[in-house]
Amino acid sequence: MSKFWIILGHTYMSKLKSKSFIVTTVITLLIIIGLANLTNIIEFFEKKEEADKIAVIDETGSLFEPLSVQFAAMNEDFELILYEEGEKEGEKAVETGDFSGLLILSFDEENLPKAVYKAMSVSNISSTMTIENALQQLKTQLAAGQIQLTQEQLAKLYEPVEMEKIALEENAKTAEELNQARGLVYVLLFVIYFAVILYANMIAMEVATEKSSRVMEILISSVSPIKQMFAKILGVGLLSLTQLALLLAVGYYFVKRNLENLEGGFFSFFGFGDVPVATIIYAVVFFVLGYFLYATLAAFLGSLVSRIEDVNQMIMPMTFLVVAGFLLAMFGLSNPEAGYITVTSYIPFFTPMLMFMRVGMLNLPVWEPLAGIGILIVTIIILAVFGARVYRGGVLMYGKSNSFKDIKRALQLTKNE
Amino acid sequence: MALKLESITKKFGSFTAVDNLSLTIPEKEMFGFLGANGAGKTTTFRMILGLLDATNGQISWNGRSINYGTSHLIGYLPEERGLYPKLKVKEQLVYLARLRGMNKREAARELNAWLEKFKIPEYADKKVEELSKGNQQKIQFIAAVLHKPELLILDEPFSGLDPVNVELMKDAVLELKEKGSTIVFSSHRMDHVEELCEHVCILQRGKTIVKGALKEIKRSFGKKNLLIHANFPLDFLENFPGVVKMKKTAEGVRLQIESEYVAEKVMNELAGKGFIRRFVLEEPSLNDIFIEKVGASYE
Repeated sequence: MSKFWIILGHTYMSKLKSKSFIVTTVITLLIIIGLANLTNIIEFFEKKEEADKIAVIDETGSLFEPLSVQFAAMNEDFELILYEEGEKEGEKAVETGDFSGLLILSFDEENLPKAVYKAMSVSNISSTMTIENALQQLKTQLAAGQIQLTQEQLAKLYEPVEMEKIALEENAKTAEELNQARGLVYVLLFVIYFAVILYANMIAMEVATEKSSRVMEILISSVSPIKQMFAKILGVGLLSLTQLALLLAVGYYFVKRNLENLEGGFFSFFGFGDVPVATIIYAVVFFVLGYFLYATLAAFLGSLVSRIEDVNQMIMPMTFLVVAGFLLAMFGLSNPEAGYITVTSYIPFFTPMLMFMRVGMLNLPVWEPLAGIGILIVTIIILAVFGARVYRGGVLMYGKSNSFKDIKRALQLTKNE
Repeated sequence: MALKLESITKKFGSFTAVDNLSLTIPEKEMFGFLGANGAGKTTTFRMILGLLDATNGQISWNGRSINYGTSHLIGYLPEERGLYPKLKVKEQLVYLARLRGMNKREAARELNAWLEKFKIPEYADKKVEELSKGNQQKIQFIAAVLHKPELLILDEPFSGLDPVNVELMKDAVLELKEKGSTIVFSSHRMDHVEELCEHVCILQRGKTIVKGALKEIKRSFGKKNLLIHANFPLDFLENFPGVVKMKKTAEGVRLQIESEYVAEKVMNELAGKGFIRRFVLEEPSLNDIFIEKVGASYE
């Protein structure tokens, strides 16, 4: 087995078995399972409570009947009950907890309904809102009756206006498709962002640990630094894919299982119903390229520090780049056609997120994402060649080193004068 | 069949770390590589290992240039010790040996033999960070020799060890030599070098100032040591012709003299003055030679 594979295997296995990796994976899995079952969990807690009862004193003698019909159609969590005794007794009943509220109905001067609602606290917005809405509708009907409007006339009055949005550009995405794409792109952007930061950090840490524990000197006398660097980048890359695959598989399983509950809710708004295959493929491609770009950068930055404490300081500029790219992509989601988004999507450090966002949201000619991919690949190669030289010198340098002057020193070490 | 360094020069910018160094270290030889701090020893080792490229000159092992293709033939104990702190001793050593071209099973078998030899078999499943410094050093040594290298480079192998462990390690080094390894080692402990090496070389600011067989070096040095213990004052000897240096010891004096002839004179001078308990003529120690040669160029 070649040394490249030995290092790759070692990096992969030792990270996979490490406690921190297992713990984070398990926690993330639990969060995913929790989110996927959110509706079930909410229902579980709500089902336990019985429907709240609201006492109604009807001073008009005619409003209770239509109101309770209206109410039943709107909210299942509350039940209206006609209360025959006086207001004082009603208040007492609320205080003792027999009822959650007391509603007193009456007519105003114009013979239209008005009401007083009394409860221990009026913080439960959903109950007061429902009562208010139901009363409003009742009032509308009565008022309409007073000015002798028919039901049909009333219906016409409240009919929503018809407006269809049509994009003239050929192949442009419909509003519905855009919504779908937005949700998907949003989620994938998050995945790319977190993964790049997390795993690039892991690589920088790994290199810095080997260096600060001085095991590096033995390593580089056995295997060339370039081989080492790429074996490590690939090893951690495989690890990231393992983790993501696991998370996706578990997430997918639970979402599928709960799909019936979720239909019509958040998920269909974000359009997970039918996922466009092209978007997923672009996501994978840009994720992999983005990872390689930042991992290479992280590896050579990590090789410049001699103490683990300095790692964060050293990779700070890199983290800023990732965050900047992510923020741009987030702004871009609401206006993907903006000029600054188009321009920045060709800047290699932003390409993985911005070009992916654009290709997911817009109908780009094929050459645009391909150009982005090309730019990324070229940048990765340049960074790798340059990074490998810095790495080779950097791992031999010790002492106070956290400035970019060290890059020059590291290059000098590898140079033949 | 040897390690050959042919007029090696290494410059870092305007600073010359190693200046025109030529050495031939024959096979199965133990070679002492000496020098004051910062003389260029570690830089030379790094060039032999191929970690640094020489600015000028050629390095070869048995006629082959040394690169990653030959790394399985070479073992290296760096001066700055380093192992993975979080890995278990066994995992770590097997991994490092595999990187030097050994297969897993063989590495595990050799490893157990070495742990037995160093009397630490119970540490195989411990993390390195849990071990004492001396024991970490043993592990580091095993990491350098596990793959049975032909050429072994030991940078300060005995520093930080107690006398018992120094002996243990010395025996291990000698055993490796008998089995046919060529060993280059650096040390600041001249007594260790004298005990183990036939050939030495002393570096000073990147230049070779002494080089050759230890016996020859001592002989050509000329000066000898004279140890005298007597029950009367010996202070007057300090200005005796032919005495280079005098150092008082608890029971008498130690003189450095220009030649054996001076010893005879001293003996005649002392005769009849009182009782002489000890009068010994010694070969110069490597320590004396080192101090004289390196110290001189400091001045």
